[in-house]
Amino acid sequence: MDKEFSESAERIEARQRALRDDPKIASGRIALFQYLALAVFLFLISGFWELQVRNPEIYSERAERNSIKALPILAPRGKILDRDGRVIVDNHSSFSLILSREHLKPENVPIIAAGLNLDQQELERRIQRFRNRPRYEPIIIKEELTPGEIAFVEAHRDANGLPELELVHAYRRLYPRNCVAAHVIGYVGEVSEAELNSPEFIRYEPGDVIGKAGIERQYDAHLRGVDGQRQVLVDNLGRERRVLGLKPAIPGKNLQLTIDLDLQVVAELAMEGRKGAVVALDPRNGEVLAMVSRPAFDPNKFATRIRPEDWKELISNPDNPLLNRAIQAQLAPGSTFKPIVALAGLETGVIDDNFRVRCPGGATFYGRYFKCWVKGGHGVVDLHKGIVQSCDVFFYNVGNRLGIDEIARYAEMVGFGRKTGIDLPHEAEGVVPSSQWKMRMFRQKWYAGETISVAIGQGALTVTPLQLAYAIGGLAMGGVWYRPHLVKDPERREPPRVAKLNPENVVKIIHGMYGVVNEPGGTGARARIPGISVCGKTGSSQLASNEVLKSTKLGQVLKDNAWFVGFAPCESPEIVVAALWEGGEHGYMAAPIVRDVIKAYFDKKARLQRALVAQSTPRFGPSLGTATRVQP
Amino acid sequence: MARYRSAREMDWALLTIALVITAVGILQIYSATLGTAWASAWWRQCVYVAVGLVLMWLAASVDYHTLLNQAPIYYWALVASLVVVLALGKEVSGGKRWIPLLGGFHFQPSEFVKVVLILQIARYLSDVKGDHLEARDLLKLGALTALPAALVMKQPDLGTALSYLPILAMGIFLAGLRWQHVVALVLIAALALPVGWHLLKDYQKMRLIAFLDPSRDPLGSGYQVIQSQIAVGAGGMWGKGVTQGSQTQLRFLPVPHTDFIFSAFAEEHGFVGVLVMLGLYFLLLMQIVQNAQVAADRAGMYIAMGVAGLLLFHLLVNIGMVVGRMPVTGIPLPLMSYGGSSILSWYIMLGLVNNVRLRRFGV
Repeated sequence: MDKEFSESAERIEARQRALRDDPKIASGRIALFQYLALAVFLFLISGFWELQVRNPEIYSERAERNSIKALPILAPRGKILDRDGRVIVDNHSSFSLILSREHLKPENVPIIAAGLNLDQQELERRIQRFRNRPRYEPIIIKEELTPGEIAFVEAHRDANGLPELELVHAYRRLYPRNCVAAHVIGYVGEVSEAELNSPEFIRYEPGDVIGKAGIERQYDAHLRGVDGQRQVLVDNLGRERRVLGLKPAIPGKNLQLTIDLDLQVVAELAMEGRKGAVVALDPRNGEVLAMVSRPAFDPNKFATRIRPEDWKELISNPDNPLLNRAIQAQLAPGSTFKPIVALAGLETGVIDDNFRVRCPGGATFYGRYFKCWVKGGHGVVDLHKGIVQSCDVFFYNVGNRLGIDEIARYAEMVGFGRKTGIDLPHEAEGVVPSSQWKMRMFRQKWYAGETISVAIGQGALTVTPLQLAYAIGGLAMGGVWYRPHLVKDPERREPPRVAKLNPENVVKIIHGMYGVVNEPGGTGARARIPGISVCGKTGSSQLASNEVLKSTKLGQVLKDNAWFVGFAPCESPEIVVAALWEGGEHGYMAAPIVRDVIKAYFDKKARLQRALVAQSTPRFGPSLGTATRVQP
Repeated sequence: MARYRSAREMDWALLTIALVITAVGILQIYSATLGTAWASAWWRQCVYVAVGLVLMWLAASVDYHTLLNQAPIYYWALVASLVVVLALGKEVSGGKRWIPLLGGFHFQPSEFVKVVLILQIARYLSDVKGDHLEARDLLKLGALTALPAALVMKQPDLGTALSYLPILAMGIFLAGLRWQHVVALVLIAALALPVGWHLLKDYQKMRLIAFLDPSRDPLGSGYQVIQSQIAVGAGGMWGKGVTQGSQTQLRFLPVPHTDFIFSAFAEEHGFVGVLVMLGLYFLLLMQIVQNAQVAADRAGMYIAMGVAGLLLFHLLVNIGMVVGRMPVTGIPLPLMSYGGSSILSWYIMLGLVNNVRLRRFGV
């Protein structure tokens, strides 16, 4: 009963409380809620404090990096001009594609590779290569975009697109067609990782395009400009909103060469389909008028990134098209060396005008028989005839009287055995053998018998086509050698190297070389040009001593190399040309090459003079070109 | 039955604070949408606010006891409309949330569920006269909340579905619980967690993972959190000025006029601006609580506190998300975020609070 009563009392109490419907029953809990609210607000404020007051700089910087994009403005390289100001190497406009690694999503790499016809692994390797560079630095992933590829990039600028891609205006090198002057000019390419680690390239950065060979490399600092930069404000889709800063690119400076395109083209044509080199110099100042090396390569293939298969083909070609034979082929000069041996003989006095040798077609020295190139022999031979008909026996005797060290002294005097100092990279030195040289190289005594072959330009003696042109040019000038150079620069006029030679001796040799071309029985008759006194010397050399070719012959029948070196006019030389035709067999086979170039030179000169005469007012005379040069 | 007093009895302080917050919101919407496809959003928001004020007046004029009586009708009507949304709603970025109306406007029923749920729970709890709820009550209240929540989760809109929970929690908290029930609820919650994880959509899981470690996928799910933090941090002490925030103006900040409006505000007005705004929200919240304290009966108290609890939850989740202390859930910021349904439902709720205030002497 009690329990029932108490229960009902409880119920009554509850009902009474309910009737009151007191809203204050929860006031304690409402207060608790207020504290909870305070805690929530403090929690939120602390979040803002952390971000906005404690370290706002971090976030300001990140906001900036989000929205500020630095795009490179690529500087065009300077043009390369010939001596008359005609453009040899130009630039043409194109678009390159840059990739912002900061915004790169890894899953987009295959899409980018597919859309732009890139090899995906190649692209990944490329991105990998730049891993050590700051991520905000964009990298160029493709040059020379086709309209289709540009459309691909433009089409992916929306929200679901590829904001990591950006087009930049670029300049591509445009080299002459048909490989004209390829070796002189060289080519450009992206600086390699190996190059970056060498001190020569300390100032370059990955992705920089640099001169890799030839003039492009030698004068890279002159030709290359300074890239500029454009800072733009971009939105989340990478669209430009505003240009913040502009540092214009400084274009590279133009470079004028001493090369005469007219002569160059003639020399190129003369060498068409042959292997070898041609060098034409102005012996009065050392200017290189033409320089050809064949086989050649197409520098345009390097203008963008060279395709691996093209590169493979170039370096696996046994004829080594990348070799600039004009300055890098080191071959025995053969009979073209004879004028120098003659000079040595006359200057040292071991021979004189009365010195004569009977040539029966060969002679024995030190127990060994040496043949003359004419089986039946030349009969009685004096100096003049010896040069004109290139009698080996005559020069065996002169050489034998001189001894190797005197031959070496004069060979070095005319410039053999060391670099001429031309402004091209990787010039070869050649070899001038001497007793000292042999001791140094082989720790062996020189045998007098070895001198005999050196006397006719064989044996260990090797020269480059440039050295030969340089040597004979200086000799034709009476012993004045100007350093060969490819860039016209009046500032850098350097005094020539002068050797004290007896002018009478020089005249005798020049006279002999005149006979080679112009006298009956002369070996270089094919170089004759009516009305122009061309002098020259043929040469053919065996390949036995030629290390370069030995490794590349590969089953090919070894034919002798044909040399010809010529200059004109006889009395006051203006041009000296050396031609090497590898496998041309006889020196006279190379003579027409030299003739063509010399003829082109004088034809052009005559043309310009006629034009000058035709113009009654001389003040409009051409400012450039050979015709205005003062005749010595 | 409470007697209607006079318009002068309205809570003018509450209304002023709400209007100031709304005005700042409109300014921020204007700034954040300048030069975009959303450029007309600010004046649309003005229209919503005008409509909202009318609805607020209506919600305040009719006696809330009448409204409580009608609540089940609204409740079932909304549940029906949620079903309609699922059946033929308009799909926007992977979710069906809207019913298209005339004139290009859209109706988002899930927002209005909040209002009706507050009424339904107040109605149920005001009938419970004991000191604490029985298990039977908990089940009924849970079912009442779970039905619309489940439908909204189906849309899928996890954030909004979750926002119904604080209304329920507030009601249960105020009505009182047995400690055994507290333990039981905690246990159920703990057990439900792994099950709930499996029910989540992939993008919802990604968001939660990104919340725990935003740097794991900086360009994916973590992107929004990181960009929001950058925006807030870049604002610094004084902010970058209206329309000057690079994160907002260059669209690095996602949806800067709706869910992330407070990031945009923080970037352009800095820590000082944030303190002012949080201060206003705090005053608003306390004003609502004060109205709950003076309510004439439990029903009024439950209504006002329901609104207060819902507001606090929204502030915590939305602003917490802005500073990277809460996961990205897609819950709008009350009174500031652009959006008709949200603005209307919040002004209706403020009307309910006023309704309670107007009839505080009315028993």
